[in-house]
Amino acid sequence: MNPTSQRLILPLLLAALLAFPSFGSDFYVELVAKTLVLAIFAMSLDLLVGFTGLVSFGHAAYFGIAAYAVAMITPKYDPASLWLALPAAIIAAGLAAFVIGLFVLRTKGIYFIMVTLAFAQMVFFLFHDTNLGGGSDGVNINFKPDAAIAGWAPFDLNEPGQLYYFIVAALVAVYGVLKLVLRSPFGRVLIGIRSNEHRMLSLGYATFYYKLAAFTLAGALAGVAGFLYAVLSGFVTPELLAWHQSGNVLLMVILGGMGNLVGAIAGAFAFTAMQEAFGAWTKHWQLAMGLAIVAAVLFLPGGLSAIPARLKRAMTGEEK
Amino acid sequence: MDFYSFLIQSLNALQYGLLLFLVASGLTLVFGIMGIINLAHGSFYMIGAYLAFALTSLTGNFFVAILLGIPLALAFGAALEALLFAHLYKRDHLEQVLLTYGLILIFEEVRSLLLGDDVHGIPVPEIFAASIPLNDTLSYPVYRLVISAVCIVLAVGLYWLIQRTRLGMMIRAGSHDRDMVQSLGIDINRIYRTVFALGVALAALAGMLAAPISSVFPGMGSQVLIISFVIVVIGGIGSVWGALIAALIIGFADTFGKVLLPDFAGLIVYLVMAVVLLWRPEGILKKG
Repeated sequence: MNPTSQRLILPLLLAALLAFPSFGSDFYVELVAKTLVLAIFAMSLDLLVGFTGLVSFGHAAYFGIAAYAVAMITPKYDPASLWLALPAAIIAAGLAAFVIGLFVLRTKGIYFIMVTLAFAQMVFFLFHDTNLGGGSDGVNINFKPDAAIAGWAPFDLNEPGQLYYFIVAALVAVYGVLKLVLRSPFGRVLIGIRSNEHRMLSLGYATFYYKLAAFTLAGALAGVAGFLYAVLSGFVTPELLAWHQSGNVLLMVILGGMGNLVGAIAGAFAFTAMQEAFGAWTKHWQLAMGLAIVAAVLFLPGGLSAIPARLKRAMTGEEK
Repeated sequence: MDFYSFLIQSLNALQYGLLLFLVASGLTLVFGIMGIINLAHGSFYMIGAYLAFALTSLTGNFFVAILLGIPLALAFGAALEALLFAHLYKRDHLEQVLLTYGLILIFEEVRSLLLGDDVHGIPVPEIFAASIPLNDTLSYPVYRLVISAVCIVLAVGLYWLIQRTRLGMMIRAGSHDRDMVQSLGIDINRIYRTVFALGVALAALAGMLAAPISSVFPGMGSQVLIISFVIVVIGGIGSVWGALIAALIIGFADTFGKVLLPDFAGLIVYLVMAVVLLWRPEGILKKG
């Protein structure tokens, strides 16, 4: 997508998202809300995979840690304050990413993929085996966070409609933060690391700290998604941290085309659509999903967002 | 912990570690020689266990099942390499991750379609069903000793294959420089196919051997996959001997962790990995 068409399409997409609840049924509003949460999750991973060149296979850990933070901070018979729970979830996820990043960023390539996976498994077992968060059964979050500030509530997350708009706002905010970061000198360094880390090092950039900052930021933003997921579903289980979750989000990023934030959002929608379409067709929907993935890798390098360019090439008969 | 319990746990740890080595050795070879990250490697372990279950129920004999299962696994590995993995050598790791992740979904669903999602068990073959008495109350099952022995024989065989045969020489050369080996007139694609099929067969054999002691269940592949990743990371990618050392470390850490710190059993393996990475980011034995 070129910048001009992106400038035209983005407001249209946002308008469609904002207008959706007035004609979509409750089921689809919730499904879209869930997909938007996944889109935030996918964008946060894209900062690492697409822009910094760090293929993390353990991103679900930060998503899940934030979700568990909500569960732990919510009292049994009262709602927690939104203004406490949201920062707590983000900080918990960011802190975990910082500490794990100190270890995993010492490695590169295949090692990095496997080590991020292994650390995410460690977090998974921490919640699965110990009683920290209800063990393998998970925890219920009985009350959605309360948005009241000193008695005045600007909105109410118990209302599905308002929660939907809250999630849309979060999506826009995360998109904005990532755009700003990528446009800043810091973001330029990250993109430089993706293209050639040795050159960035020899230019005098301490790339380790840049990567650590990106890893921490990506973890914190995954925390935003984890927070929203916990609020939306009202239930947290170790499955949120499982490696399938890391695989799925990586799938969304690649499906949409890496290094493209709108692509990550498209990937989340494509993933949910596939899941729903195959799920309605057969209970063995994962088989269809697996075949689709294998076919996509073999026949569609570059992901969904490369399709317009490929079509254009095909139509104009231009060579690669 | 008295001496006999300690002995039993040590033998269990040894057996578990050696079994993990069978899975991890194939994984590390495929990484090291072909540069492929294969998430579906754990599925081969699962397939092996289910193969043992299906063939044992068909033929009524566990040994016949293994004898039939090994060539099946080899053929399956070779076919998979020819159809899918041969297209991945020039792709980046991300696409390899994606494709093999898709394969896991396919294998699990096909298994579910063919054999269902129930947990199955295979009886330990009668000749090895006995236990060796250690003292009045404790005894040790012979079958676990047999597993350890088979694994040791295979490890020695693998060493001989890689270090002492012409094929092993070509495999080692291929891991250093693919193009040079090819220009010397060696068909590198055939070597890759052999290595891949060998890796699949080793993982499947591990699954077959494990089937009588651990039940045969749907999630068994991913459990083994991630532990094998840890082993490959600790041992150093591409190093079979590193994998052997790492597998034994993990076998002991996991077994004794479950006995001494049951609440944190799942974590210990990963803590070991974190410590090793702090000490040596490229694994104990860096590939050389």
